[in-house]
Amino acid sequence: MAHATTTMTNPSRISRRFAGLRRTGELGLVAYLTAGDPSLAASEQFVLALAEAGADVIELGVPFSDPVADGPVIQRASERALRGGTTLAGVLLLVKSLRAKTDVPLVLFSYFNPVLQMGLERFGDAAKAAGADGVLITDLTPEEAGAYRAVMSSRGLDTIFLAAPTSTDERLALIAKSSSGFLYLISRTGVTGAKDQLADELPALARRVRRFTELPIAVGFGISLPEHVAALAGLADAAVVGSALVEEIERAGTVEAGAEALAARVRLLKGAGVAGMSRREPRA
Amino acid sequence: MEGELLTTATQIWPDTKGHFGPYGGRYVPETLVAPLEELERAYEEARRDPNFQRELDSLLKNFAGRPTPLQFASRLTEHLGGPRIYIKREDLLHTGAHKINNCLGQGLLAVRMGKRRVIAETGAGQHGVATATVAARLGLACVVYMGTEDMERQRLNVFRMRLLGAEVVGVNSGSRTLKDAINEAMRDWVTNVRTTHYLLGSVLGAHPYPAMVRDFQRVIGVEARAQILEAEGHLPDLLVACVGGGSNAIGLFHAFLDDPNVKLLGVEAGGRGTTLGEHAARLAAAAGYSGARPGVLQGTYSYVLQTPDGQIAATHSVSAGLDYPAIGPEHAWLADRHRAEYTAVSDDAAVAAARTLARMEGIIPALESAHALAELIVRAPKMPRDSVVILNLSGRGDKDMEILARYL
Repeated sequence: MAHATTTMTNPSRISRRFAGLRRTGELGLVAYLTAGDPSLAASEQFVLALAEAGADVIELGVPFSDPVADGPVIQRASERALRGGTTLAGVLLLVKSLRAKTDVPLVLFSYFNPVLQMGLERFGDAAKAAGADGVLITDLTPEEAGAYRAVMSSRGLDTIFLAAPTSTDERLALIAKSSSGFLYLISRTGVTGAKDQLADELPALARRVRRFTELPIAVGFGISLPEHVAALAGLADAAVVGSALVEEIERAGTVEAGAEALAARVRLLKGAGVAGMSRREPRA
Repeated sequence: MEGELLTTATQIWPDTKGHFGPYGGRYVPETLVAPLEELERAYEEARRDPNFQRELDSLLKNFAGRPTPLQFASRLTEHLGGPRIYIKREDLLHTGAHKINNCLGQGLLAVRMGKRRVIAETGAGQHGVATATVAARLGLACVVYMGTEDMERQRLNVFRMRLLGAEVVGVNSGSRTLKDAINEAMRDWVTNVRTTHYLLGSVLGAHPYPAMVRDFQRVIGVEARAQILEAEGHLPDLLVACVGGGSNAIGLFHAFLDDPNVKLLGVEAGGRGTTLGEHAARLAAAAGYSGARPGVLQGTYSYVLQTPDGQIAATHSVSAGLDYPAIGPEHAWLADRHRAEYTAVSDDAAVAAARTLARMEGIIPALESAHALAELIVRAPKMPRDSVVILNLSGRGDKDMEILARYL
């Protein structure tokens, strides 16, 4: 816990990145991929390509055998990663290797059980030492997260919590209070996966969440197209793209082709979020 | 300390956040928290509403067939040469298992909440059939998720559900059994949460399910307690029940928790071996079954069969209803406090026990329930002849005929 004071006083890599985005008025892009799909070595190349192409934050999904919050695309990616022998310890080695090569903010995105089995303290130490910046646990809400938050924040790791369309105002306040780095807003009820259109209720939802926090808001679930990203300008600080990227990996014949496809997709989406695109909202 | 916990157990567990000691709780995606809170509120209101209780009692009596008999198994008692064995006949309920108790409770709750669609997971198909039945009776739309491996080994129940108007959706992911059916049901719920009630079938999942399902199954033990006092004039020495998620076991045990002289025994699926992947025994480490540690699966913190790095392990049991890697959190808590004992028996022992009961008492039990009997067959000869045991016969075996036929 000795290092807590030094890390806490400096803004995190995530916070610095979002502060920069707010200065330039640019919409950020958070890119998700499942670590170890199809191998950890491939994931390293993919992340470097994503960062190079302009992704502002990378979420590294820790594969889990029972991903209840995920749709078919990320379910398949998790199965591929697990078949390849990916473990949480392996993902942490990937973070370490990446941190030597890039300054892009890295978030570990996991279900709770793998983290719990490693042990919260051991995980927190290892994640910090490897160079991770934040942690997001899909099936952990603030109510059950007391020990988790204490351990992560004492190590200077941001704790990102999810807000959902069903969250009450009372819960939004709690989620905002418990989050650091940014707040992840789920755009619609459902599991992860690309959709043609954003939910009609999203603008009102984003404005409701904004009432509870100054933190950057990243909107995810169902975002795959430039018009989705453009629609978020003025409503949120960043768009999260996951299944659409994982699908590129699934389609690609080689790691190189996958990296190229990811970079192209990120440039396209990032371009749609750069200031200059007029603020547009989905049809009411 | 322990005595104090025991005497007040039913009053204090779970706590207001759904914890049984360290177990239980609510580990779900944020989208599901508000609906779980809504369910918790609706349930709390309903249980205090005499009209709800009256309506439920009426359905339990006139539709499901409660109370069920507590039958003295005279030939089995004679055959084993040990305690006086009573069988709680949940197999005689409408749809053939204890599952209907919970389905009626939650079905009425869904109506009360204005949800016109219910979804459910099923392993052996018993919970799916009970849900489809209640949905038909109450006029609700019904979708049941079932692993494709289970659909194959429990074909008759698939036909029954479809006949009752339910849509049965095969789940092809993971082990294609109960665990994967729950994953898929949770994905449906998170998507259709505003219109749909998830009618979870066991004392699993996030709060309030473990407490609510237990309360709806508690009628088993409440009846059995009155019936055994009537028959024997005193409380039994031992209760035996099979444990998958653990709803029939907790339903029988709960009315006896504050009676320290009544021993509670839960019997899990020992499958075909003690190594991880060959069984579904989560609390039977003392009997040599390996691979279970506390962890989080599908909304709750309890004992889970898993790999060292926290991936959920494959399980095996001849009985689809017991073939699940986690156990209800209240059972984990009863085990920690040594209030209940848990062990496991093999596939073969369960099949042999099913045959014994068929020939001794004229009852073909579900393979799930046969696990409880298999352990009793081992223990009974060592017990005093004047002791009294209640065996929970949670379901009937019609659905298992194809599997049993392979062993004939």
